[in-house]
Amino acid sequence: MEFLKKLFVDPFVEMVSYPDFLMQVLWEGLVSGVLYSLIALGFVLIFRSSRIFNFAQGIMVVFAALTLVGFHAMGIPAWVSVIFTLGVMALLAITIERVVLRPLVGQPDIILFMATIGITLFLIGGGELIFGGETKRMITSDLGIPTGSVDFEPFGGLLILQHLDITSVAAAVVLVTGLLIFLNKTRMGRAIRALGDDHQAALSVGISLRTVWVLVWFIAGVIALMTGIFWGARAGVSFALEVIAYKALPVLMLGGLESITGAIVGGLAIGLLEKLFEIYWGQPLLGGGTETWFAFVLALIVLLFRPQGLFGEKIIERV
Amino acid sequence: MFYNTAGQFKTSYTKDQSLFPVKQDAILLGVVLLCAWIIFPMTASEFTFKTMLMPVLCYSLAALGLNVLTGFAGQLSLGTAAFMGVGAFACYKLITIFPEMNIIVAILLSGVFSSAVGVAFGLPSLRIKGFYLAIATLAAQFFLVWLFEKWHWLSNHNPSGAIEVPNIDMFGITVAGPNAAPVTQYYLILAIVTLITIVTINLTRGNQGRIWKATRDMDIAAELIGINLLKSKLTAFAVSSYIVGVAGALFVFLNLGAAEPNFFDIPLSFKILFIAIIGGLGSVMGNFMGAILIVALPVVIKFLPDAIGLEINPATVEHLNIMTVGALIIFFLIIEPHGLARLWQLIREKLIIWPFPH
Repeated sequence: MEFLKKLFVDPFVEMVSYPDFLMQVLWEGLVSGVLYSLIALGFVLIFRSSRIFNFAQGIMVVFAALTLVGFHAMGIPAWVSVIFTLGVMALLAITIERVVLRPLVGQPDIILFMATIGITLFLIGGGELIFGGETKRMITSDLGIPTGSVDFEPFGGLLILQHLDITSVAAAVVLVTGLLIFLNKTRMGRAIRALGDDHQAALSVGISLRTVWVLVWFIAGVIALMTGIFWGARAGVSFALEVIAYKALPVLMLGGLESITGAIVGGLAIGLLEKLFEIYWGQPLLGGGTETWFAFVLALIVLLFRPQGLFGEKIIERV
Repeated sequence: MFYNTAGQFKTSYTKDQSLFPVKQDAILLGVVLLCAWIIFPMTASEFTFKTMLMPVLCYSLAALGLNVLTGFAGQLSLGTAAFMGVGAFACYKLITIFPEMNIIVAILLSGVFSSAVGVAFGLPSLRIKGFYLAIATLAAQFFLVWLFEKWHWLSNHNPSGAIEVPNIDMFGITVAGPNAAPVTQYYLILAIVTLITIVTINLTRGNQGRIWKATRDMDIAAELIGINLLKSKLTAFAVSSYIVGVAGALFVFLNLGAAEPNFFDIPLSFKILFIAIIGGLGSVMGNFMGAILIVALPVVIKFLPDAIGLEINPATVEHLNIMTVGALIIFFLIIEPHGLARLWQLIREKLIIWPFPH
């Protein structure tokens, strides 16, 4: 009885009695949800256009952030470093397409997945070799990102919004809108979507597979850089950041591997719910640290009812 | 010439279905076993035992377990390390609750626990397929490691959550713990690994193995010819987790001597997956070849600069090591996506007709 009360009554009582704290928790959840969505978006773009489950997306975030910080440390102005980093990401996309993907065209999915794990390891080793393993500070102020905070006082309480978080949410909205316009309105964007719908049909109308792959990996690199900047500003730039890549996986399960909407909705949902669960159930009842697995278990439960995720394509199997 | 199969006639079905239809295969295996059982133990140093021979065997066994699930039954799993952890922690609890229990019995029993956990996490496989299932097994990975850390009963209330293996005697000889001799431990591991490998080979050759392969190749078709998918997938999860659990218990109890919960974290899962894939999915022998490659590689990279007179600091070596493993994975996938086992098969076919090209 006592346990049931702790499980079903106390958390809600606490939510209602301290609404300002609840809002703070929701805001934090939303901010991390936005970043999860961004990483998941990178996954989805690559998966749609090439059926490759790109495990390296998370490490690309770290690699992009490290490259940016590395360029700046060499004395190059912040915004020029951003452009240089984009150049590096483009180079990376071309190299991966040329060296890894092209020889493996047509292999089973699991082989390509394994190859992206190979890329992950290569980037981890290479990144540590070039930039060193220690945690670095993201060049937040040099990039012109505000660092203060605004306080609100709803319901007589206190709600603190970091400027950084507001900027990251705004920037993510801009990036996603831009991406959607690109995918829906431009020639190249439509080529990407066509390739996602049907490989052979897209090839037969003259869409270049290689160009699209390079482009998609480059876009994934751009998304990675942006995620890296904002996540790095919150937590410092180091290889510990790769754990957020694992967070994007349940987002994909929840939203569906092919769906851009799914990535966004799934990311926000997981960000919010895992924060709520950790604060109101995880810490008082389970000793905390539930964030590592909560999202997976949640996605697993959803998947038992919808095996293709919330927004994924319905799987039709033929024998 | 050396691998000439001419003149080896199979005159009965029993002979045709035997484990080694070709005499040379049996001889080769005999040589390998001779090396493993007699020549290595006589020549190897303590260091070699601890860092090369025993890890190779433990990794091979874990990869064999994963291979049953992924290579034979076609269910991709990324949670192998967590099931190794279940085996290790179960063994630890068994030893503390029943101190007079024989260590081999405890290790073999601990597999039962990981098997049960494996079946529980395998249940979603009936609805979820492919990459969705792979991510679902990550739920097991993260949840179980979290549980090892938070549930202090598992580690006998050790604040760090780590388990330390006490000195355990068997028939008057210390076999586990700080006082045990590496040779004894090596023989114990080798015996268990040999036993489980033989059982697995026969399991995958028989009826159950065919059921798994049918499930892997096309599950709907398998269902149509009367295979119970529920049973097929869950037995795959059960057998696989059993082997993986035993491998985990062996690794911690007879080789490492102590382990922290985060030892069973996701990098170990990936390591096992590499071994299974580089060795060859759906092959038993491949696991051993993959394990040798993965264990030997860091050692080679470590000693190669010394041998040619280069001085590199240890951190750089570590980074180079990770990079090389990554590059090698890509390299092997490109030259032979079906793994080392397939490579060996190609060599063998060439050898059979050698010295003629066709």
